[in-house]
Amino acid sequence: MATQTAVHETQTPVFLAKEEPHAPSSTMLGFWIYLMSDCLIFAVLFATHGVLGRNYAAGPGPKELFDLPLVAINTSMLLFSSITYGFAMLAMAKDKKQATLVWLGITGLFGAAFVGLELFEFSHMIMEGAGPQRSAFLSSFFTLVGTHGTHVTVGIIWLITLMVQVGKYGLGAANKRRLMCLSLFWHFLDVIWIGVFSFVYLMGVLG
Amino acid sequence: MTSHATEHSTGHDGHDHGHTETEGHGSFKEYLTGFILSVILTAIPFWLVMGDVISSPTGTALAVMLLAVVQIVVHMIYFLHMNSKSEGGWTMLALIFTIVIVAIAISGSLWVMYHLNTNMMPAMTEGMMKTMP
Repeated sequence: MATQTAVHETQTPVFLAKEEPHAPSSTMLGFWIYLMSDCLIFAVLFATHGVLGRNYAAGPGPKELFDLPLVAINTSMLLFSSITYGFAMLAMAKDKKQATLVWLGITGLFGAAFVGLELFEFSHMIMEGAGPQRSAFLSSFFTLVGTHGTHVTVGIIWLITLMVQVGKYGLGAANKRRLMCLSLFWHFLDVIWIGVFSFVYLMGVLG
Repeated sequence: MTSHATEHSTGHDGHDHGHTETEGHGSFKEYLTGFILSVILTAIPFWLVMGDVISSPTGTALAVMLLAVVQIVVHMIYFLHMNSKSEGGWTMLALIFTIVIVAIAISGSLWVMYHLNTNMMPAMTEGMMKTMP
């Protein structure tokens, strides 16, 4: 009789423990799945550019349009912003609010420099008459690179929002979770950019 | 059974407080390694294309593609902290699924459109264009 109750006592907590765990942190997995679906959007745009990338319609091609040193500077801006975001995350792990904000600010500036350079490149191309309506190559180019640039712009807006949040409410659990999500988003955009500079710019110039 | 249960619950205590926080951001060394590798893997393809190092464009294109894939893997490991254990393996599973879909979408599009082009273009002579409805 006594042993029976003992068994019951040990068994009940097991059932309780089994039920609880999965609820709390599904945010990161959910956000990851969002990023994967975003990845599919870019895959479609890459495929479109792969198909249309040689159709110049007797207009200017990549060799005349792309300024590789500018693309290299752009790439380094995004790469720097990636590591400074990493430093922000490290400061966040140590609960250093001020350091986190400073690194996030630097990340935002690098991101803004990236978007600024890209807009400069776009406006330069459009001024030369190589706008998105010029050829299939340029349509797919502007769609792909423009979509990436839009993502970075949204990322910067998100970053500023979080800086205000962290400044106001500190590094609570909710803000940490949000910063983790933005971290994934930011590094993911850098991964997409690897594809853009390799397949669009470098391989485009190769011909 | 009981030992399993306690192991489980301690794992969950970590889950609530620090799990997502500690898992997501690696160390300073990790970030620095990733950054240095990325700089090298970015510099090489730019140097190959801008400096005309390899004489054949096909060879350069292959090198650029290979270096891009390597750099994406470096980013995944050192910046996105991908591993087979995070979220019980579900992030890795989602990633593998996405890679399969991406590969099918991109290679499939290129393949189909290439064949369409090669099969259609020579037939589309001036005369045919005029007789077409």
